[in-house]
Amino acid sequence: METLEIESDILDNPEESEKESKVAVQTINLSVYFSELMAIDNINLKIRKNRVTAIIGPSGCGKSTFLRSLNLMHEMTPKARVFGEIFIHGENISSYNSVDIRKKVGMVFQKPNPFPTMSIYDNVIAGLKLNGNTKKPVLDELVEKNLKNSGLWEEVKDRLKSPAISLSGGQQQRLCIARTIAVSPEIILMDEPTSALDPMSTANIEELIFNLKKEYTIVIVTHNMQQAARVSDQTAFLYMGKLIEFSKTRRMFTNPKEKLTEEYVTGKFG
Amino acid sequence: MTANSILKKPKNLRRRKIVNSLMIGLCVVAGIITILPMLYIFFYTTKSGISYLNMDFFTQLPKPVGEEGGGMANAIVGSIILISIGGVIGIPVGILAGIYISEYSKNITATVIKFTTDILSGVPSIIVGIFAYGIIVIPMQRFSALAGGFALGILMIPTVTKITEEMIRLVPQSLREASLALGVSRWKTTLRVVLTTASSGIITGILLAIARAAGETAPLLFTAFGNSFWQTKIDEPMAALPLQIFAYAISPYDDWHRQAWAGAFVLIFLVFTVNLIVRFVTRNRFTGNI
Repeated sequence: METLEIESDILDNPEESEKESKVAVQTINLSVYFSELMAIDNINLKIRKNRVTAIIGPSGCGKSTFLRSLNLMHEMTPKARVFGEIFIHGENISSYNSVDIRKKVGMVFQKPNPFPTMSIYDNVIAGLKLNGNTKKPVLDELVEKNLKNSGLWEEVKDRLKSPAISLSGGQQQRLCIARTIAVSPEIILMDEPTSALDPMSTANIEELIFNLKKEYTIVIVTHNMQQAARVSDQTAFLYMGKLIEFSKTRRMFTNPKEKLTEEYVTGKFG
Repeated sequence: MTANSILKKPKNLRRRKIVNSLMIGLCVVAGIITILPMLYIFFYTTKSGISYLNMDFFTQLPKPVGEEGGGMANAIVGSIILISIGGVIGIPVGILAGIYISEYSKNITATVIKFTTDILSGVPSIIVGIFAYGIIVIPMQRFSALAGGFALGILMIPTVTKITEEMIRLVPQSLREASLALGVSRWKTTLRVVLTTASSGIITGILLAIARAAGETAPLLFTAFGNSFWQTKIDEPMAALPLQIFAYAISPYDDWHRQAWAGAFVLIFLVFTVNLIVRFVTRNRFTGNI
């Protein structure tokens, strides 16, 4: 409880430069249970628009659960129960259909998961195709634009019809990002998007994240603290389902308020 | 204990090696025993049947006893009609039930359906025939292709359900999530992602169910009944290949015996071809890398 009060202090007095930036996602007393097991406990968090927000913490601290609750993905998990409220651009998502929420809140997963039965081309427009929108000339443009935005165009432009699974892991992940942005979301959730990739591909994705934040709000869960430090503007530290500290990334890594945060970011546990 | 004690030769090494070769030998013998009947059936049926096979067999109706020639055209067409009726009943029910069991398996009803399907697949086919007799033949007051097709459809359901369920389970959860995260609804995800990814496996299951139904004789005995004449109306008794083979094989006439062999060959060839197609389709599935 103590940490929560300190936490809300931070929220009430946001960091100087963050003041004018709009809130993209806000959670109020968000708790998630799996059966009787508490996964996240009373999280209050404001995620700023067009910023990269990193969520760090040791394994099992509830990072992914928190992320998945933002696009209602937990609905697929049996026995998951969610309490509290989530606001996206000021609107309570409980009054919307999960399908519509997910169109606005895209997600990139830990393991690249292109559709194996589809070509590179079809994967990019999968969101539209699966929903039944297929106007040919528009699609060609859309494929090119989104592959360019995900930095994959030059590598695949001559083999758009080859199967998506013929790409390397890093390329597949960028294809998944292209697929996500093709449905024009406003917020992109990334669940450890580089943990299955080699360092070169990781660097590519990190650069991409940096470019994407001009247009999108990005929330990234990561195990890698250097990555959080490199790509994010703000960082939230979760521990045992609780939000311990939330502040500007630079401050989080140089001068954390909490003892626990300091111990985690300096590698004393985790 | 010295460090090199692990290199000590076990005392019973010789005995172990002998037991090892013995067991491998037994496995090889068992393996050969499993192929022998298949090879024997295939070659013997081919040898006995192929020489009596001619165009007449596929185009002519059965001739009365004593007259030479004739064919099983009506039985071939009858089998196709019966299997089609069976497929119309068995394939959609099986696929939908398979989807239900695998995609909604947390549900208690799904568990009950799964258990019941397993039992249904073990019910002797003649019992399924009696069931069809009871609920279709008796109310209609006559044997019919409809009753036969219904019995075959019931027999196809568990095979199709089982394979659909297994193939859908093989589709990684990550693909469902990928689709849902794009704002695609659950039913579209099931239809366009899950079923599409599992489709080649499901087709395999359907072909196997058809091949099995094509060879069923018992459930047709008192449903489709058999017919020596041309009949394509589904509310009338209808001929079927296995029925015709059965009727001819137990007859005392040499000419009919020859026809039965030819029919058996056609049936075996059909099942064999379907199996080959299945192999081909499944091979594609594995290169498809789901």
